[in-house]
Amino acid sequence: MPAMNPPIHRNPITAVESPAVGVTIDGLTKNFGKFQALKNVSFSVEPGEIFVLMGPSGSGKSVLLKHIVGLEAATSGRVLINGQDATAEHTLERIRIALVFQAGALFNSLSVYDNLALYPREHRLGDEASIRDKVMRALQILSLENSAQKFPSELSGGMRKRVAIARALVMEPQLMLYDEPTSELDPVMGATISEIIATLKDEYHVTTIVVSHDRELALGIADRVGILMGGELVFLGPPASLRQPTDPRIADFFHPRIDLKNPRFKNLET
Amino acid sequence: MKQLTHFLEGFGSAVQLLFQSARYVGTLPRQRARFIDQCYVIGYTTLPIVAILCFFMGSVLALQSGYSMENFGAKQFIGSLVGLSFARELGPVIVAILVAGRVGSAITAELASMKVYQEVDALVTMNIPPARILVLPRLAAVLVMMPVLAIIGNLIGWFGGAVVCKYVESIAIEPEAYFSALRRYMKFQDVGTGLMKAEIFGFVVVLICCSIGLNTRGGPREIGASVTKAVVVSLISILVLDYFVTKALM
Repeated sequence: MPAMNPPIHRNPITAVESPAVGVTIDGLTKNFGKFQALKNVSFSVEPGEIFVLMGPSGSGKSVLLKHIVGLEAATSGRVLINGQDATAEHTLERIRIALVFQAGALFNSLSVYDNLALYPREHRLGDEASIRDKVMRALQILSLENSAQKFPSELSGGMRKRVAIARALVMEPQLMLYDEPTSELDPVMGATISEIIATLKDEYHVTTIVVSHDRELALGIADRVGILMGGELVFLGPPASLRQPTDPRIADFFHPRIDLKNPRFKNLET
Repeated sequence: MKQLTHFLEGFGSAVQLLFQSARYVGTLPRQRARFIDQCYVIGYTTLPIVAILCFFMGSVLALQSGYSMENFGAKQFIGSLVGLSFARELGPVIVAILVAGRVGSAITAELASMKVYQEVDALVTMNIPPARILVLPRLAAVLVMMPVLAIIGNLIGWFGGAVVCKYVESIAIEPEAYFSALRRYMKFQDVGTGLMKAEIFGFVVVLICCSIGLNTRGGPREIGASVTKAVVVSLISILVLDYFVTKALM
């Protein structure tokens, strides 16, 4: 049987082809003092895949994402991106990783245009005219071309998320990470963001990891889903198997019922 | 013990930030716009308050020394006293204190909010070192602007002294006599020493404020706490350094 070639990632801006990257999480453990945020978590994300990491608040999803992009150092275990240690300085130089932060993390002192142009300017990826083309193309993809001169404080929540995605696109990423991309958005805007994520993956084959507790997003766009609970990976598989979960913890997470006779808040840890 | 650990951690991270920034000195020419922007903030926007404060410090110094020196008939030396005090000590210290309060606090607030609202994390994920674009232009700008502010502060302080000497009846020294005494007992080295002190104080203040800002964790409350901490640590550092630098330059 012939060996399968890795899927080809096509640059969203320049349409240049480059191999998509894979991510391996290997026995990742993270302690904050006595609190264990991640407990020996292991899984892989295939090149070109959309992997959605779900779990209740405080389950360690965002912490795991920060490890992938090198913002946190593991207590033990490691994160490999295309076989390279994610914490190594050269990894970020060789592999373009873009993280869309939960609150956007836009630079408030810069206009939308300058937010997007910062990366290519700082890395000297062409002259001002070619940077302008890249930025306007990214804004066009996200239907933001009329907001180029606005400042982040003038944008709605949904627009800020779209600008954050556009800023990530200008980086021409091989790996896109999204931290709660649909949180604080109305259902329609949440669906729009989900469509954008899926379109970017389908058209450009960017490897995508999404951290979310949005059930619709997971079931709608994920190739595979992982569920973290209390820092442990309790589920890894296709989204279809989450429609009728057998694990009561997952069933409760996916289909929570309001029980006024035995309210669950009585059993919450303080 | 805990406070000592915090102090050593803070000192260590400031030194680390200094070395990180030094690595990118070669990028300064293409950070011209940021450098000029910081020169404007550190220099131009601080100038009015430097002028007001130095004028009145010079005036008060002349008034106080005139009152004391009259008793033993040494009024003619007021010019040299005000001149030397300002050039060697008051000028650099006042300007550094103003830079700490006016600019240092703003730097810490800006960097701390960038840190808290994940803008600094965004820079790191974009492989743009915060030391390069947030710290280096500020350090370079303060090195350029501190001597300018100190010189202007000295001139205005001397002028304040001259105004008091001329118009306060109990002193009544003409500006010619005042400035003649100032020139006679002052050497260029005195002014140079003061400028060097201003340079050191300003650089340390901006480094401390950047370091505290970038090490802020938490939320809006911590931003306020960081600003307070940065100003307090800067003021203490200025006065402690003042002793050692003065001793070293004597």
